[in-house]
Amino acid sequence: MLKETANNMSYPEQLEALLGQAVYELPQAEKEQQLGSLLLALHRHHQLQCNEYSQLYPQPLKATENMAGLPYLAVRLFKLLDLKSVADDEVLKCLSSSGTTGQIPARIYLDAVTSRWQSKTLVKILQQFLGKQRLPMLIIDCQASHMSGAALNARSAGIQGLAMFGRNHTYALNADMSPNWAAIDAFCAQHQHEKVLIFGFTFMVWQYFVKALQQQGRSINLPQGHLFHSGGWKKLQSESVDNATFKQGVEASTGIQQVTNFYGMAEQVGTVFMECSHGYLHAPATADVIMRNCFDLSEQPTGEQGLIQVLSALPFSYPGFSLLTEDLGTVHGVDDCECGRKGKYFTVQGRLPKVELRGCSDTAAAAV
Amino acid sequence: MDTQQQLQQAFSDALGIPAASVTDDLTYNTIPEWDSTAHMILIAELENVFDVMLDTDDIIDMSSVAQAKLILQKYDVSFG
Repeated sequence: MLKETANNMSYPEQLEALLGQAVYELPQAEKEQQLGSLLLALHRHHQLQCNEYSQLYPQPLKATENMAGLPYLAVRLFKLLDLKSVADDEVLKCLSSSGTTGQIPARIYLDAVTSRWQSKTLVKILQQFLGKQRLPMLIIDCQASHMSGAALNARSAGIQGLAMFGRNHTYALNADMSPNWAAIDAFCAQHQHEKVLIFGFTFMVWQYFVKALQQQGRSINLPQGHLFHSGGWKKLQSESVDNATFKQGVEASTGIQQVTNFYGMAEQVGTVFMECSHGYLHAPATADVIMRNCFDLSEQPTGEQGLIQVLSALPFSYPGFSLLTEDLGTVHGVDDCECGRKGKYFTVQGRLPKVELRGCSDTAAAAV
Repeated sequence: MDTQQQLQQAFSDALGIPAASVTDDLTYNTIPEWDSTAHMILIAELENVFDVMLDTDDIIDMSSVAQAKLILQKYDVSFG
């Protein structure tokens, strides 16, 4: 049952307390309480501050609801409506998610506080994998100055989050997506024997980096590299490239053995779901997932595929704390992943059929 | 240049603002020039000027000029 905290902590105080917790040590039952009461506070905040949200959900929540009983918005609503819960003069920036010609980008309004919590949360999650250090960083993309339109906004925002963990940032691609061999070779020569960080969107890493290396009969060697990638598998599924094939291809062409996929979206920046060494995505303390039946939207039991609902403690300036995505996923278990992390662990199977292309790497695919 | 002047110059160069406007209470995201993109340029500039290696906690915590001083003091940079 969701209840407001007994000690009358404000939303920022509750959020700080949750952020202070270890990222992956909160058992699901405790998460229902701690994250649940934060989400309830967010629901009330958005009811008060966002007209559209209060029109959709005018009723008070029943006291008996659990997290699955919280309202959720269809993620595409952010393409159709300008949804915000802070005054116009508090808006720091508007993040527009992936959208290419013929597709409408979502608009996510961020204030200074929400934006800061996003950075703080993302750093906390990634520190679990990288430590606090910053590493020489190879970015499998072109420089932001070469991107245009919505791609600039969505892709560069994604890169910027990871770039906090990098130094001497090197961009591996030219403006036309061809490999910048001079930059790549110089980076590898300088950092071959060091830990390095590599980041790119999944499709771009495969199409413009791994395949480009293969086609030219080249390889590089970054044995201490750690590749993080995100942004959707849809384009790669059509080429029958799954996670295992991806990892093998990356290692064969680059020598990179550590490859970590993560699931996240522009509508909930900060709370990303990272892949563990057993290949499962994990919800951090500040977020959760619920799989819903595609036909009646009831909660799917563990092991059953469903539409992914994502819950995040961060969205304060816009009503995006509980969103029904158009992705299909399966929860495989709770609190008992062999990697030791608590909470739910899951995999993503792909996009609901007949949904427009979205995801940072997929729109890059559509654009070329 | 003393460290205070070096700090002001580093902020001024990284953010493209006059050195005189770099006061202790200048805060991240309150002026258009100090946004998340400029923040990473600022971090690199401070690392160069003071010959330090800042970690990811430092990047997140560096929310004002006053905070920048506190963080740099951890790395034995003193401000008179």
